[in-house]
Amino acid sequence: MRIEAKLLLFLGLFFGAMCAVYWTWSLENAGGVMMFAGMLLCFLPGSYYYYWSRRMKTRPEDDPNATTEVGAGVVGSFPGTSIFPFLLGMGSFFVVLALVFGIWLLIPGLALVLWALLGGTSEGRRGGQV
Amino acid sequence: MSRTIPTTTTEHDGHAEHHGPSGLLKWLTTTDHKIIGLSYTITAVVMLVIGGALAELIRAQLATSNGHLVSFAQYNELFTMHGSVMIYLFAGPFAFGALANIIVPIQIGAPDMAFPRLNALSYWLYLTGSITMLLGFFTTGGAANFGWVGYAPLTSSLNAPGAGADLWIGGLMLTGFSAIFTGVNLVATIFYLRAPGMTMFRMPIFTWNLLVTAILILLAFPVLTAGLIMLYADRHFGTHIFSVAGGGVPVLWQHIFWFWGHPEVYILALPFFGMATEIIAVFSKKPVFGYKGMIFATISIAALSLGVWAHHMFTTGVVLLPFFSIMSLLIAVPTGIKIFNWIGTMWRGEIWFSTAMLMSIGFLVTFLIGGLTGIYLASPPLDFFTHDTYFVVAHFHSVVMALLLAGMGGLYYWGPKITGYLLNERIGKSQFWFLFIGTQVFTFPQYILGLQGMPRRMAVYPHHHGWVTLNEISSLGALLIGVSTLLFVVNVVVSWKKYPAGDNPWDAQTLEWFTTSPPPHHNFYRLPQIRSERPTWDHNHPEHKAIAHENHEG
Repeated sequence: MRIEAKLLLFLGLFFGAMCAVYWTWSLENAGGVMMFAGMLLCFLPGSYYYYWSRRMKTRPEDDPNATTEVGAGVVGSFPGTSIFPFLLGMGSFFVVLALVFGIWLLIPGLALVLWALLGGTSEGRRGGQV
Repeated sequence: MSRTIPTTTTEHDGHAEHHGPSGLLKWLTTTDHKIIGLSYTITAVVMLVIGGALAELIRAQLATSNGHLVSFAQYNELFTMHGSVMIYLFAGPFAFGALANIIVPIQIGAPDMAFPRLNALSYWLYLTGSITMLLGFFTTGGAANFGWVGYAPLTSSLNAPGAGADLWIGGLMLTGFSAIFTGVNLVATIFYLRAPGMTMFRMPIFTWNLLVTAILILLAFPVLTAGLIMLYADRHFGTHIFSVAGGGVPVLWQHIFWFWGHPEVYILALPFFGMATEIIAVFSKKPVFGYKGMIFATISIAALSLGVWAHHMFTTGVVLLPFFSIMSLLIAVPTGIKIFNWIGTMWRGEIWFSTAMLMSIGFLVTFLIGGLTGIYLASPPLDFFTHDTYFVVAHFHSVVMALLLAGMGGLYYWGPKITGYLLNERIGKSQFWFLFIGTQVFTFPQYILGLQGMPRRMAVYPHHHGWVTLNEISSLGALLIGVSTLLFVVNVVVSWKKYPAGDNPWDAQTLEWFTTSPPPHHNFYRLPQIRSERPTWDHNHPEHKAIAHENHEG
């Protein structure tokens, strides 16, 4: 986990340094703000990972000598199939079309989005349709 | 469904059996990264054909100096939608949605992407975003017509009043969210779902490149989405963010767009660099030369890419020329390292000139041309001379056609893993020669036209300076490229379930070639011990094990 953290922290530091040079040299705000935000976006997860990487045991995927057997067990919960991503996608489609063709399209759009959010959440709590 | 990593390297995993819905319902409800990746691949290839057809129309119009094939207004729609379809709907989603989706989890020994339902949502947003953008052609005002970069004030409600512009904005929002969700998924998958022993410095270069690409997506795409919301507000809610009339700043759009747009160039390129790296190593029967150098070069490109956006804006007169010039020129260093390493990988290798390898070598040559002309453009004096001419068009077409070559190589290389069947090599090689020669015939006259001052985005041009001949040659190149795409479709039809591939037809090195073709549900019946970046090679060739990089792990 330490390399993952260092990757993000390095990028954050680089963007920070670049931002400092650019902002003082160019006196242009938009680019400076965007680079500053880029720096924060790297520091946020990077520092979190770094904090935990110093406190957790080495994971099997970080151990160069780990055997396949070490990773045995449940890896995670993976839903077999789910209709809700499709419904959410279609709902978002109608919402975007409502921005172009008329506000009435928000009715089917938001209905589908709501259905997908409720269905997807309850499916997630059940552990997915297997 | 919980998934157990097998505890031995020989027994089959009972959890791999999966009985889900079949037929259309399978495609609508799947959360399997391989089927989602296949959906991405098919949709992206359809977009390639649509974008290619638009390109052929453009080149047919330009084959004569006073073409009458389309009107000026239709020509504006053609070049706008050609660029939009190719960049937003083909190259990006094909790079990080299609092959990455299928290959990355298998390369690191994961059962699926970290968030399978989010992955499915990414695809549906991509598909609906693509449909939304293309719907513009069926509206009375026609499709978007302000260029794929959507510069203000061309995009204002006064200059682009039709629904086509709003559909372009809406489609881009949907595909933007799709990309962001894919980025989240790739980072989480690579950080949390690697197999035991698959340390960061044992990941294949393709996976490394996709990790860096995903981080760039997360940095860049939200900026574009924010810009699109502002643009929509300007058009419909009476704000004046990008219009001078209300005290806004049109050039702010360019800052926002290119702050996304230049990292986007690397978001497109890095996955294809990864494909070429894998292919060149496998078909040279060697490990990747300078494995860590490749990774650090990729990270350097990503780091620099956030500080180069305004080299697209040199001629606006309001950007800091030395800063952006220096940063842009610096990118040549890590890119040069990559080219050196690709050649180093081939050096004294046992080279097998398969279609995938030919495509990758074609990529290398074409990308070198595109990259070198990019260095010219990073220099403000030269950029002022060539800005908005065909030199720029030729430069970025050399780059993207190189990426298409690598992508086709990727399809020939990994296609058998996905489908279980090989494509016909003879047709594949014909396709390569049409694509490679076509690309050079297409771009070289454009470089000359650009240096002679022919502006881009013109439906007609003066009948002098030999411009007609050069344009005719360029159009011939476009025709050859079109034939190559047709040959690919023919190859898929001719080879359909004809040449069984087996698990590892190329004697390849990375983990995806350890499992069956196609892989089972949740990817692996068994996993080998992972002791280097070439676990499958180590397993199959214990006498030639790769040297591991574990001394540098943290």
